[in-house]
Amino acid sequence: MTDTQIAGAPSAGAVVSKGGRKKKKDREASLWSDAIDDLRRNPVFLIGAFLVLCLLVISAVPQWFTDGSPFDSTACVLQDSLKTPSAEHWFGYDIQGCDVYTRTVWAARNSVIVGIVTTTLVTVIGGALGLLAGWTGGIVDSILSRFTEIFFAIPLLLGGMLIMSALPGNAWTVSLVLAILGWPQIFRIMRSSVLQNKNNDYVVAARALGAGTLRITLRHILPNAIAPVIVVGAISLGVYISAEAALSYLGIGVQPPEISWGLMVSDASVRWLQAPHVLLFPAVALSITVLAFIMVGDAVRDALDPKLR
Amino acid sequence: MGRYLIRRLIQAIPVLLGATFLIYLLTFAMPGADPIQLLAGEKKADPLVAAMLREKYHLDDPFLLQYWNYITGVFQGDFGETLSGRKVLDMITEAFPYTMNLAIVAFVIEAIVGVVAGIMAALRRGKFIDQLVLISTLLVISIPVFVTGFVLQLTLGVKLKNEWGIDFFSPSFNEADGFRAYLLPAFVLASTSLAYVARLTRTSLMETMRADYVRTATAKGLPRRRVVVNHGLRNAMIPIVTFLGADLGGLMGGAVITERIFNIHGVGGLLAKSVYLKEGAVVVGGVTLLVLVYLIANLIVDLLYAVLDPRIRYA
Repeated sequence: MTDTQIAGAPSAGAVVSKGGRKKKKDREASLWSDAIDDLRRNPVFLIGAFLVLCLLVISAVPQWFTDGSPFDSTACVLQDSLKTPSAEHWFGYDIQGCDVYTRTVWAARNSVIVGIVTTTLVTVIGGALGLLAGWTGGIVDSILSRFTEIFFAIPLLLGGMLIMSALPGNAWTVSLVLAILGWPQIFRIMRSSVLQNKNNDYVVAARALGAGTLRITLRHILPNAIAPVIVVGAISLGVYISAEAALSYLGIGVQPPEISWGLMVSDASVRWLQAPHVLLFPAVALSITVLAFIMVGDAVRDALDPKLR
Repeated sequence: MGRYLIRRLIQAIPVLLGATFLIYLLTFAMPGADPIQLLAGEKKADPLVAAMLREKYHLDDPFLLQYWNYITGVFQGDFGETLSGRKVLDMITEAFPYTMNLAIVAFVIEAIVGVVAGIMAALRRGKFIDQLVLISTLLVISIPVFVTGFVLQLTLGVKLKNEWGIDFFSPSFNEADGFRAYLLPAFVLASTSLAYVARLTRTSLMETMRADYVRTATAKGLPRRRVVVNHGLRNAMIPIVTFLGADLGGLMGGAVITERIFNIHGVGGLLAKSVYLKEGAVVVGGVTLLVLVYLIANLIVDLLYAVLDPRIRYA
């Protein structure tokens, strides 16, 4: 089975799916088309994906959903301070008399940027280094592994505070900092799945056929090792959004005049006991966003890991 | 066993040194406000005083020399002084008990509630209780800690007292309440990890309950409780114990937010304030302590593996 796979010319588009995983079903279906089939029928995935899609649209074009921009000089009227929700202003007003709904909608963009940029960076850095460590082994592996242990020992929030205190606070720097602290997780997963795969028959066969290290790594190891990385990446996207909110809440993440849900919660927390609505709406938006990404990640994991069924 | 312990302790040294070095680098070598200027506030720092302070705290030494002086001091129990002359060790030992108590109570809540919920879900797979655990943990994981904190503070801390007349949880930390004062903050701190523990226990136990030895145990006619606890759970514990061990350090680091909401003067708050004030000595000292807790917890976890699974032996 492995022989034909390696000798056979790879058909376009099927590169990812031609790995040597044992298929449980007899019909011609790869792990990936199986997984996509699965996801199409999974209500958890469909709901999560729908929410994610809504969120992407909102963060791309927030002006479609609100009357004005929160950055207008006339956006906030102090007279309206802390007014409760009404038919015209669904979410009420915050301390400064700004419309909470408008701000909540416009804040989505920063969260989405942080989630996507951090996950991409973490996957690229952690994935590349994990591949390197797992494949080369020896001294490179030892050094990189010790290095990740150091990062694991540093608490995320404190490390984030330290680095952020020297950087300007916006969505891009927050993403960078979270990526610096978050890559070891992907590194470990990538490294161990490379180690699991590198002694498989198809790798030995490819080597016997004269394939070079680079080709073996990219064509045989990577496609087979990437599934767990994608799963963890999808789930941690939500976690990074949550971490951004936590940093902004602590006052060292995204800085005003930028808007972020964490920042809104932090501002509202001063009058929390008198005007809970100002805090609740951004908090609920944040929770739903994180929930949507975790639902998608969970569903993808279930689809890709048949062992859990 | 003894040799294994010594080897592990030696392995922990580079991690400890690396982590402190990284924190030291981030604290002192990053561009940013000059700590002496921050000390002087708005007005320009007196050049003579500034020079004196720079001399006293060796701020003009090469970076590596500064780190060397610092770390050799730490190993002799000297964590240095803040720029206003307080002993860092005093500040940390003052704040540490609060955070430690908070983290321990949170850890106990997390371990007990999480494992029990996970067991109940795993044993009734697909039934109501399983769905309940799955959905509620998903919600808890999605809601950020500071939101959970504020909501519980309002409902349990304020509403419960004002509307129901039950004065049990205080919205703000009050040391005089003793153990009770820690319950609400600890529950908030534990909430996210608790959900992870429940899900992990569920998956892990479901997997071991399918194993041959569990079927054999049932076939031998052992009571259900014994099968679940001695055969299933004991073998399912390894990933759970690993998570719990790694999480103890996370709880202490994550206490920054909980301490802020409930107004607890612990290590988290101290570190947050010191990062802002560029009091590098306090930051590095506090983080060193947290890293130590993390390393010790992980070491204990490794030693527990052998207790849980006698096949694992340490040479």
